[in-house]
Amino acid sequence: MRIEAERLTYIYGPGLPWEKRALDDLSLRIEEGEFVGLVGETGSGKSTLVQLLNGILRPTSGRVLLDGVDLTDRRKPVWKARLQVGLVFQFPESQLFAETVAEDIAFGPRNLGLDRQEVSKRVEESLLKVGLEPALFRQRSPFTLSGGEKRLVAIAGILAMCPRVLIVDEVTAGLDPRGKRDILTRIKLLHRNERTTVIMVSHDMDEIASLVERVVVLKGGRICRQGQTTEVFSDEESLAGCGIRLPTIPQILSSLGRAGWRLPVSIFDVQEAARLIAQECHRGAV
Amino acid sequence: MALSDVVTLGQYIPGNSLLHRLDPRTKFLAAITLTILLFFVTKITGYFFFLVILLSVVAASGISLRFLLRGLRPILFLILFTFVVQAFFSQEGNVILQWGFLAIRDAGLWKAFFMSIRLTLLVLVTTLLTLVTSPIDLTDGLDRLFSFLHVLRVPVHEIAMMMTIALRFIPTLLDETDTIVKAQISRGAPLDRGNIFRRLRGFVAVLIPLFVSAFRRADELAQAMEARCYRGGEGRTRMRAMVLHWTDLWAALAALALGLATLSINWLAVP
Repeated sequence: MRIEAERLTYIYGPGLPWEKRALDDLSLRIEEGEFVGLVGETGSGKSTLVQLLNGILRPTSGRVLLDGVDLTDRRKPVWKARLQVGLVFQFPESQLFAETVAEDIAFGPRNLGLDRQEVSKRVEESLLKVGLEPALFRQRSPFTLSGGEKRLVAIAGILAMCPRVLIVDEVTAGLDPRGKRDILTRIKLLHRNERTTVIMVSHDMDEIASLVERVVVLKGGRICRQGQTTEVFSDEESLAGCGIRLPTIPQILSSLGRAGWRLPVSIFDVQEAARLIAQECHRGAV
Repeated sequence: MALSDVVTLGQYIPGNSLLHRLDPRTKFLAAITLTILLFFVTKITGYFFFLVILLSVVAASGISLRFLLRGLRPILFLILFTFVVQAFFSQEGNVILQWGFLAIRDAGLWKAFFMSIRLTLLVLVTTLLTLVTSPIDLTDGLDRLFSFLHVLRVPVHEIAMMMTIALRFIPTLLDETDTIVKAQISRGAPLDRGNIFRRLRGFVAVLIPLFVSAFRRADELAQAMEARCYRGGEGRTRMRAMVLHWTDLWAALAALALGLATLSINWLAVP
């Protein structure tokens, strides 16, 4: 499913002492099956943008099109179209409410008006998609799970709606390294196996660099830079202008470069970087 | 629009005007005096004089009038209701409009008008008080002001602390509600469509997470307070000591003088 944002502007509290223009005439196009990373400093408008993309906020001006359907149209009931964009909020585990994991995941599909069989099928499927064994988790209370498991259940609750676009906002924040790895692996698989379009918002450049194909950098409610991941993360200066630092490995490679080593910058894999450094070392020695 | 933009209850706008700097006790007593006074004003001249005083105080505080008037929005219905009830059900005076068994009388209309003005001014005075006094200052002030009740074994400090905490968490919980509502709507919860019963049922999915997080917050706060050896008001000193300045005395005298002036004008005026 293709998402287009056309000249989006969003203003918080218009006319109040704390009026804030969160997005400023922003246009963006994301094609079916893409994996896009959305980065930017705090307050650059990332969270506002993703809430506009799934229609939960209405823009002050501009349009959001899902395969050509206008989400901001007030005349047509667009709530079903909207639900094709699944948005996983920051700390999504705070939305869990039902007595059992299965009940909670079933909330979305039931709201879609699906019959009982379809609902229970979707509950099983989405538990499997996030890597939780249905037999072990189905009947447990969501409040007895660990932090990482809660978050996976919350994500399963979104996946059960079968969204064609999945947006995740700071999905690994506050998790331990293992929980982070689990979630990122699951998202990568979803993108690869189901061709789901994924938009990932994150502060962690390493996370972004290791997963996404295209990066969009926001600053002050506008797009500051966008392009292929390798391309964006090879230009340290223009990134710094957008208030973003390079991922860890490119940072090291770039420092080595300044010290006279001849190395490419946009390498995100530890093994690959090590191999190149060793090669350069060897060349220097000879 | 975020919920916290709509609800202005207990909202405080930081500033550095004379009004902001006054001791919370002075402001509280002045506001109480003025509201009590309002019940003794009976003539239009009196109300007019009161309004002029109020507007000059607002001007001195640097709060925009538009913002102050926003505080009226939640009780607009109450004011209208009072007006309608007074206008239609008063039995005094001459009938000026008859419609079936409903009649509007001239004295009733005047009374309705006065009641609405009184209510509006009451709300404006209290809104102004909360706009120029931070909730913490206000409850601290109340704590000190009523500490004499301690003799009667009223847990004044504890009550003030509870008020402080409650006020402190209003914006936090509003933001949280906002997020949860959005999250559940994103899962297709019928909160923004369908009939009222469908919507209400959808709110279970909002209330439960909200309660869970409120309890968690309460627990964390209690731990944080215990970790800092909080044990109630007994022998507790303050970081920001409240000291009455000369300006407080002048402000109190000014409030008193203006109050008396309003009353005398009200007595002397003809209509």
